[in-house]
Amino acid sequence: MTVRQGPPQAAVAPALTVAAVSVRLGGREILRNVDFALGPGEFTGLIGSNGAGKTTLLRTILGFQSPTRGTVQVAGGSGARRRGPVGYVPQKIHLDPDLPMRARDLVALGLDGNRLGLPLPSPANRRLVEEMLTAVDAQAFADERVGHLSGGEQQRVLIAHALIRRPSLLLLDEPLANLDVRSASEVVGVLARLAREHRIAVLLSAHDMNPLLEVMDRVIYLADGRAAVGSVDEVVRGDVLSELYGHHVDVIRVHGRILVVVAPADHTGDPSEHAALVPPEPRSPR
Amino acid sequence: MTSVLSVLFAAGFLASGPVQTALLVGGGAAVVSAAVGVFTVIRGQSFAGHALADISSAGGALSFLIGLNPMLGFLGMAAIGAGGMELVGVRRMRGRDLATGVVFGVGLALAALFLYLDTTSTSTTGATVTVMFGSMFAIAPATALYAAAAGLVALVVVATFYRPLLLSSVNEELAAVQGVRVGLMGLLYSLVLALAVSLSAITVGAVLSTALLIGPAATALRVAKRPGPATLLAAGIGLAATWLGILLAYDSYTWTPGHGWPVSFFIVALVMAAYLLARPATAGRAAALPLDPGRAGTGA
Repeated sequence: MTVRQGPPQAAVAPALTVAAVSVRLGGREILRNVDFALGPGEFTGLIGSNGAGKTTLLRTILGFQSPTRGTVQVAGGSGARRRGPVGYVPQKIHLDPDLPMRARDLVALGLDGNRLGLPLPSPANRRLVEEMLTAVDAQAFADERVGHLSGGEQQRVLIAHALIRRPSLLLLDEPLANLDVRSASEVVGVLARLAREHRIAVLLSAHDMNPLLEVMDRVIYLADGRAAVGSVDEVVRGDVLSELYGHHVDVIRVHGRILVVVAPADHTGDPSEHAALVPPEPRSPR
Repeated sequence: MTSVLSVLFAAGFLASGPVQTALLVGGGAAVVSAAVGVFTVIRGQSFAGHALADISSAGGALSFLIGLNPMLGFLGMAAIGAGGMELVGVRRMRGRDLATGVVFGVGLALAALFLYLDTTSTSTTGATVTVMFGSMFAIAPATALYAAAAGLVALVVVATFYRPLLLSSVNEELAAVQGVRVGLMGLLYSLVLALAVSLSAITVGAVLSTALLIGPAATALRVAKRPGPATLLAAGIGLAATWLGILLAYDSYTWTPGHGWPVSFFIVALVMAAYLLARPATAGRAAALPLDPGRAGTGA
């Protein structure tokens, strides 16, 4: 399919380039020939159901996982090291209520968590922490224990932790899971503003794209390790997703929301039919 | 009456050689245990910490049998246990709990064997009590020297790697993305845990060393909101409980003439008292929380 390589500023060096990446784990192909680039300030949703390969793709971009084929390049990297700094908010972080750490302490650890020696008071660092807390609207609870904050507040603190070193790329793994609608929209609003004002490329994984519809510049739709990339209107269509899934998919738009309905697999059918549900080899348009 | 007063005014107390050693080694062990214990509690590995203490008791018991300095016996076994737990790398909580439970059973069984051999084949009849419950007033000069070295190493490692250890204890992925070598931090934590446990083992005994590891840290975490003050407060609580416990044990010789009460009892009782005192201070705050957000989604 035709892939739009970013918004008008595509001439600018991309914040992230994922080139023909495949990842094989334990004999299973988790990602197949995934190919896209993110421009600075672009807000991209990484959409797919559980097991589609979202977390593996994020881990590959972070360098926690080596691609079997293909390359990953992050802006700011040089020479043999193709990875510049990346901000990352992992999935399901458990912050115990007894953890002796205020929101601002966790943000500060984003700045100097890898330094040796005891932390000395630093006005410059304190100012940076203050700026980041402001950027994510967290001043009101900056002195609370992080473990006592709500899920949405914790996500915003973790975003500040991830961004305090000013990376040009921010990855978030299912940050909206377990959040109520209002907290989710607050988190999305903060992210959209950071992308716009600080030119940070945001790549956010989610199984539901609806909370992101208003802010997403692009969608990377993953199914069975394969990706369709483009604007929501280009990708979230019955024909495109049917091809991606390898069998019939309906896309229903109702009340400004999008529902993707995958035709139920025929578990009683003959083996050949069942086998056809496994996506075939990558086809030319992809 | 005058003898009690003289004890409280510390005339004979501070002049006594064994007491001086107890104050120095016991105080050092308490400070190291409390500082390391803060990381143990943040990591949620109290059970593994206790298991390590039990494993180290086998080393202490063996040292009596073969004539090795007990500090080295405790430390050797604790290091093997801690390194083993870390290298096996049981990452998942449940798996770690099960593996820990099995391994510490083996440690105690070995301790039982060595202690039995101690009492039957040698004349060290006090070995069992010494290994399990400590003998603070009978610390040999050589042991004190090893203890000082162990304590110094532990404090230097904690101070040097304070921030990476803290971040990887909060969340390993957050640490890894900052370039922290999470595996190395795990090994360093195991090292300082082994040092802390063996230090406490020669003072309050292997079985009770968990009290010095977990008690002050758990208390401090309830009171202090920030990691640095929590660590200092934990060290302060451990130190105060140990010194006060030594004083009370010394005093107890005058309560029941002829024999005193075990110092380990007083120390652990004081640590427990501090923990209970800290609870009401935080109970109101906890009740004010609408719902525990951290635990809500991670019940499974």
